[in-house]
Amino acid sequence: MGKITLHQVRKSFGEVDVIPGIDLTIEDGEFVVFVGPSGCGKSTLLRLIAGLEDTTAGTMQIDGREATHLPPAQRGLAMVFQSYALYPHMTVRKNIAFPLKMAGMTAAEQEAKVQHAAKILNLTNYLDRRPGQLSGGQRQRVAIGRAIVREPAAFLFDEPLSNLDAALRVTMRQEISELHQSLKTTMIYVTHDQVEAMTMADKIVVLNAGRVEQVGSPLDLYHSPRNLFVAGFIGSPKMNLITGAEAAKYNCTTLGVRPEHIRVGEGPWQGVVGLSEHLGSDSFIKVEVDGIGTINVRASGEIGVHHGDPIKLSPDMDKLHRFDGEGLALK
Amino acid sequence: MATQSSRKAARAMLSPTVILLLVWMIVPLAMTLWFSLQRYNLLYPDRTGFNDFGNYTRFVLSPAFGGAVVNTLVLVVGVLAITVILGILIALLIDQPIWGQGIVRILVISPFFIMPPVAALIWKNMFMNPTNGLFAEAAKFIGLSPYDFLGNAPLASIILIVAWQWLPFATLILLTALQSLSSEELEAAEMDGAGPVSRFWYIMLPHLARAITVVVLIQTIFLLGIFGEILVTTNGGPGTSSTTLPYLIYKEALLDFDVGTAAAGGVVAVILANIVAFFLMRAIGKNLDA
Ligand SMILES: Nc1ncnc2c1ncn2[C@@H]1O[C@H](COP(=O)(O)OP(=O)(O)OP(=O)(O)O)[C@@H](O)[C@H]1O
Ligand SMILES: [Mg+2]
Repeated sequence: MGKITLHQVRKSFGEVDVIPGIDLTIEDGEFVVFVGPSGCGKSTLLRLIAGLEDTTAGTMQIDGREATHLPPAQRGLAMVFQSYALYPHMTVRKNIAFPLKMAGMTAAEQEAKVQHAAKILNLTNYLDRRPGQLSGGQRQRVAIGRAIVREPAAFLFDEPLSNLDAALRVTMRQEISELHQSLKTTMIYVTHDQVEAMTMADKIVVLNAGRVEQVGSPLDLYHSPRNLFVAGFIGSPKMNLITGAEAAKYNCTTLGVRPEHIRVGEGPWQGVVGLSEHLGSDSFIKVEVDGIGTINVRASGEIGVHHGDPIKLSPDMDKLHRFDGEGLALK
Repeated sequence: MATQSSRKAARAMLSPTVILLLVWMIVPLAMTLWFSLQRYNLLYPDRTGFNDFGNYTRFVLSPAFGGAVVNTLVLVVGVLAITVILGILIALLIDQPIWGQGIVRILVISPFFIMPPVAALIWKNMFMNPTNGLFAEAAKFIGLSPYDFLGNAPLASIILIVAWQWLPFATLILLTALQSLSSEELEAAEMDGAGPVSRFWYIMLPHLARAITVVVLIQTIFLLGIFGEILVTTNGGPGTSSTTLPYLIYKEALLDFDVGTAAAGGVVAVILANIVAFFLMRAIGKNLDA
């Protein structure tokens, strides 16, 4: 159904190689998340898949069918834009029915599908309103409704939740995940929010400057980042990256320790507490460790340390990450 | 303007302008109304005094009146149709990224900078003249006999001239409206399977509705008073075939020296303009609501 394959897909805008060449396979029914820093080419890659940008080189298959030069409408994909891109002069009903109308369906068929989608998305009471009269979350649902009525081979989402407030973001995130469970359609989701990536994805694609840094399940990326970039990008707070003499003790150029893998109490690292944040469930502390530098520590529960206190730390030996001079992980 | 004091301040600041404008408007209007009820013909200065509604009946019942009203409406509707339709097409065209876009845009708006009588004279003498105009030359070149535009189709020729002048205005307003359409909306429609025609019909045209309304309303105001172009090209003729209301009033006042009837004609024209405005607002005014 919705398998998408990219072979050496390249995109340049004039002189600038935004995507120097990507190979990627997205299996049918997968929930794939593209993450990466701002400007790394996530939206561009998504728009290439959608057909809204022409590829500079390379080929693309959707459903086993050659799709590199297909116009967007014939790719059988549906896209949800960051700005929702609803049609402001049409009611919610007409917005959702628009792709069906373009496909030449009868009014009765359209209405049945619109009603079905509205029921799934809790929009039944809003069908006669215009987008301007809806809240952000409702608009988002209309945009999703417009996508699902087409029964596409895959859904493409470009940062769909970034205009919503934190609480609504959590709800919508769960709704989209549930939608994926019930529809079992391939979904490609672009975000730069780690939590969204970690919680929703079957597979995460980490992009950096148009290159794929690593592809894998969320826990794969967390436990075994392939290189320094992924190590630093996945996980919050960020992994501590230690260089110099301390790293040399472990036979590597850079030593990575996640803040949650450091124990407070006894240990080889001695330092002074800088900033400490106590959330009740967790405590985040910054420690100036002698001869190493600043180390972030995350301890669960409350620990009674404050600014200026001397402290001793010990890293979990079995959860260290070691990287060589090129930044690649050592086994 | 949220609080009461800010509203008061706003009113105080605005009032000098409003009062000045009011006086500016009321005085000529009152004088026109006054003259329209008087016997006042410059050729017969001894006949004065009230004439009741004699001026009005004479103006409205004069043989040229009905034709003038029709001509005025044909002129307005014709120019509106040409400028809106061509304006949309040109706006679509120059919205595309093309080579020399800046120059093309300046060329497109340049007719607006030419004074109306000058433009009309250029059209009359350089293009439409049946003996040495460019159109005549072109017709002769392809073996046709030259067409006397202003003699045989005077109103259509004037419509052409006026539409040429107002096309830049329509194009400019429609172009800015077109540029404010979000590209994501168009891309969404493209993904929804809408072809270029459907995208234009279902997405762009509704988006342009407000701009089209503005163009129609503003142009109607100015087109109802078109005068200079007629004066320098056809003088309302041949016969009365290109006489509009403003031209008829001019004829009464300055050719027949009948100030009273001209004033009555002016009042009639104002009333007709208001009727047009009323129906126009009923028909398309709702597009202006946000
Ligand atoms: N139409 C364009 N012309 C030229 N350069 C472009 C164009 N679109 C994008 N770019 C460049 O391509 C790069 C990638 O852009 P893209 O929008 O894909 O980033 P992104 O990963 O989606 O970032 P964000 O997280 O901020 O949305 C950027 O450096 C951007 O400046
Ligand atoms: Mg983006």
